[in-house]
Amino acid sequence: MTEAAIRPLTPQTPPFPADRTCPYHPPVDYEPLKNAGTMHRATLYDGREVWMVTGHAEARALLTDKRLSTDRRSPGFPVIAPRAENQAEVVIPLLGVDDPLHAAQRRMLIPSFTLKRVAAMRPQIQRIVDGLLDTMAEQGGPTDLVASFALPVPSMVICSLLGVPYDDHEFFEQCSRKLLTAETAGESKAARLDLEDYLLDLVVKKEAEPGEGLLDELIADRLAAGELDRHELVLMALLLLVAGHETTSNMIALGMYTLLEHPEELEALRADPSLIPGAVEELLRFLSIADGMVRVALEDIELDGGGVIKTGEGVILSTSMINRDAGTYEDPDGLDVRRSARHHVAFGFGVHQCLGQNLARAELEIALTALLTRFPTLRLAVPADQVPLKPGDTLQGLFAMPVTW
Amino acid sequence: MTEKAEEAEKTPPALRITIDTDICIGSGQCALTAPGVFTQDDDGLSALLPGKEDGTDDPLAREAARACPVQAISLTEV
Repeated sequence: MTEAAIRPLTPQTPPFPADRTCPYHPPVDYEPLKNAGTMHRATLYDGREVWMVTGHAEARALLTDKRLSTDRRSPGFPVIAPRAENQAEVVIPLLGVDDPLHAAQRRMLIPSFTLKRVAAMRPQIQRIVDGLLDTMAEQGGPTDLVASFALPVPSMVICSLLGVPYDDHEFFEQCSRKLLTAETAGESKAARLDLEDYLLDLVVKKEAEPGEGLLDELIADRLAAGELDRHELVLMALLLLVAGHETTSNMIALGMYTLLEHPEELEALRADPSLIPGAVEELLRFLSIADGMVRVALEDIELDGGGVIKTGEGVILSTSMINRDAGTYEDPDGLDVRRSARHHVAFGFGVHQCLGQNLARAELEIALTALLTRFPTLRLAVPADQVPLKPGDTLQGLFAMPVTW
Repeated sequence: MTEKAEEAEKTPPALRITIDTDICIGSGQCALTAPGVFTQDDDGLSALLPGKEDGTDDPLAREAARACPVQAISLTEV
């Protein structure tokens, strides 16, 4: 191994994560990495250098490489924001554990997220969407599309799936937002503990009085059999609840914003709604709202192009850059609802690929179709550059989206 | 029977598919990509639709194998 091979491929390392300037494009700070190779170095807020992967083929290879760990307790696991400084204190099921434990946990959940189960949920998703749009129409514009539509759709859906009372939504939505956007580790942890307390109460109630939902099934089938302990179940519920509403809500609002900013694409969808499933894939690729999967190397990994990811080094996989790899997608920075955006990594790749991806697709298809049909004159109620963006160190999206029609 | 159908009967399907259900994570990408070839069983794991055990000519089968996030699908040219 020569020294040249391990030298950073880019002369200056960009900060990771950086804030977006345009809500739908990768941060300007990542621009120098474009067309400059696929493996880079980036600098975290604490000054540490990590690998930053921007190539599609490299990402697919690394995300299926068992030598990369997602367990926050693995030595050298990168901390990407101050709020995550105490991340090794809690073992989040699924996304915070490696196989074989990960596989055992995932297998408990996959029957509830199959294409068939999601297809069976579609009529209910449609009713939820229609109900919210009825209210929006009655109340009239302007309104905040995030609060009146983009957030409640996935929130109601995941509540119904899990068996969590939607009446508590203000509480758990507020906790989720703090958990994911708090400035400090202390505030984020406090929000997590509030959610844990809430969900523990709910689980205990359900044990005494079973209801209908995935949590009730897990209590009956897994908790009773000793395959999960109560704390694991609570953390699993927390993950599903937060991941179930925070991600899709960002996609609905940012997806609609992006279409409004691309009127030709929007018109194409209005003229031919059969394009919507493909448009959802393209928006997933284009927006890459979960921008940055974090891993650490458990062993040295030799790279095909030269260089070694050394044991204990951090690896960030930037989905926004990977999904715009010019070697994989023609004109990657253009939104094209007719393209085949297949094989994007917006949901990740490898064993940790999003459990709820098919549910997310269904929600997005139904929500966007209904929004385009019911509100053909929908438009932003403020200039496009005044919509408040989420910072780069959390799920990407809009804090609010004032619209009228 | 039409000539074409007779021919189809004689020519074996071009691709035989093997699914490693030990590593399948139930993402459903195979069934989403090639719904004429794959489905998910009651456990959510990948399965071949009835009649596809001997192989398929569906060009989407290759796409499905590429879409599998854990490379649980292997294809053999017959």
